[in-house]
Amino acid sequence: MASVTFDHVVKRYTADLTVVKDFNVEIKDKEFMVLVGPSGCGKSTALRMLAGLEPITEGQIRIGDRVVNNVAAKDRDIAMVFQSYALYPHMSVYDNMAFPLQMQHMKKSDIDKRVQNASRILGLDNFLKRKPRALSGGQRQRVALGRAIVRNPKVFLLDEPLSNLDAKLRGQTRIELQKLHRDLETTFIYVTHDQVEAMTMGDRIAIMNAGILQQVGTPGEIYDHPANLFVAGFIGSPTMNFVPATMQNGTAKASGFEVKLPKPVRAGKGMLGFRPEAVTDRVTDEGSAMQMKVDVVERLGSDQFLYGQVGGDSVTARVDPRMKVDPGDTVRLGLDTRTLHFFDSETELALV
Amino acid sequence: MTAAAMSQAPATTSRFSPRWLADRLSGVVLHIAVISLTVAWLVPTAGLLVTSFRNPVAIGNSGWWTALSPPFKFTLDNYQQMFETSNLGQSFFNSFMISIPATVIPVTIAAFAAYAFTWMKFPGRDWIFLALVGLLAVPLQLTFVPIQKVLVAAQLTPEHLIAIGLPPFIPLWLAHAGYGLPFSIYLLSNFFRALPSDLFESAEIDGAGTLTVFFRIVLPLSVPALASLVIFQFLWVWNDLLVALIYVGGTADVAPVTVTLVNMIDTLGNNYQLLTAAAFFSMIVPLIVFLSLQRYFVRGILAGSVKG
Repeated sequence: MASVTFDHVVKRYTADLTVVKDFNVEIKDKEFMVLVGPSGCGKSTALRMLAGLEPITEGQIRIGDRVVNNVAAKDRDIAMVFQSYALYPHMSVYDNMAFPLQMQHMKKSDIDKRVQNASRILGLDNFLKRKPRALSGGQRQRVALGRAIVRNPKVFLLDEPLSNLDAKLRGQTRIELQKLHRDLETTFIYVTHDQVEAMTMGDRIAIMNAGILQQVGTPGEIYDHPANLFVAGFIGSPTMNFVPATMQNGTAKASGFEVKLPKPVRAGKGMLGFRPEAVTDRVTDEGSAMQMKVDVVERLGSDQFLYGQVGGDSVTARVDPRMKVDPGDTVRLGLDTRTLHFFDSETELALV
Repeated sequence: MTAAAMSQAPATTSRFSPRWLADRLSGVVLHIAVISLTVAWLVPTAGLLVTSFRNPVAIGNSGWWTALSPPFKFTLDNYQQMFETSNLGQSFFNSFMISIPATVIPVTIAAFAAYAFTWMKFPGRDWIFLALVGLLAVPLQLTFVPIQKVLVAAQLTPEHLIAIGLPPFIPLWLAHAGYGLPFSIYLLSNFFRALPSDLFESAEIDGAGTLTVFFRIVLPLSVPALASLVIFQFLWVWNDLLVALIYVGGTADVAPVTVTLVNMIDTLGNNYQLLTAAAFFSMIVPLIVFLSLQRYFVRGILAGSVKG
């Protein structure tokens, strides 16, 4: 049980290759924190520095009150689940889970108790004698989790643990991981490139891009109030609509429509952002109504997405699934003005 | 390769199409090549075996294949005479005394060294490794004089070793270890390098030290590579004549089987039927070693080059 603090952490490989830049974040005790970002954004490196697998170039990492910069990985009281699971191929499931405890020279009976306990939690009782190669992907994943659980660590580190599972299993495991987090009452730090995993699992999310922390917040905060253009575009699927617009008297003019912003903005030009669900088939605000020439229609059963052109810009709309639209049609759509975003064209920061 | 190509062929490939023909043909070519190699190895071996059971007069008058048709006149005389006239038992003992340590020592050292070269960081690591691989190209003969000088200076000559009660084979063990190390380290490094780095990082977090990782993770995962290396090294030492002659000489009490075989011709003149019996007898050990470890051999040779 411990908090984790990244304090001005920098990871530099060579003078011009800095993969993590001035990273500051405080992860609370028992929190499920997700580090998310595109590949190469430095999220895994940040995790590996915390694990003790990479030296820290500058700054401090603290687990609880202890600075761990110079503490060996095994003494940091953490456990890590790797993307590849990193199971020892020649050892049985039991031995894989017992290995970290044997390294601590724990008594055989205690090891047995802990391994049995972990295998009960994870439903691995019937597989303890098998070798990893005789297990399915999902089972291997659970063994990797089990090896972390037996150590009873202060912090769990998970590096894209679901990316080798098929879609259905991924959904299940997502739920199981959240249950596990609740039962173990331990700090989880979870790295992923998948924004769905981040949104569904995280108590809070830290979004990184190009080595720089973009925003930290609860999934709701990040979804509703993205700090900048990158966050707005990264979180949400389908992605947020971005339309170039000019400001005139508090009204944003785009090529195909115009809309009054809820808050005055001091900027000449910028990006107007709105999520697909803000564009609907019910026109509530006549001023911002738009004509969309539909290119593609996606029916998902519960939702219907229209991809098309409004003026000179591409726009995605989420409309009632019962609405009858075909590609090539022109439809009249309304805009929910309560969830508009406006981004500065130079700094890319959110102004509204 | 061929099997993979065939299984990847779309199910719709019809019979007698050009594609089907190409697949079949490459299969046929492969089989012809394998069968030719097998025959090229088996025919002389069979000839040697048959000859060793014939009497000297028959060997001189007709080819070995004529013995395969009736009337059969096989005899065990050659083997009987071989054991009576030469000291083959002692030679066998010597060969084992040379080969086993000369295999175990370099393979053990190479395993440690390869682990250090692949998974430990130290200054100059890559340059030292490069120099080591470069030693593969040094001709053996070039080293005889300098090493002999060193051995004499260090009083590691067979005579002196016997005098102080140590096995006379020590110089040979050291020499074979030295000659075998570059290749052994090279082969094992390639294998170790192919092990996923996640395993080592996971073990590090789990609290395993360098030696624990080596003994509990690297070695058990490297059994195929180690087995093929043992085969290589054992066969090379067992069949070696030159190095043994140079470093321990040809006296009966230290001579390995190879040296004794050569001496048979000298001492027995034209009686080369004895040589056939002795040669076949000496082949038994390499065959047993190879056949018992062969299931690892193919996997080991492919080590690092093919995944899975």
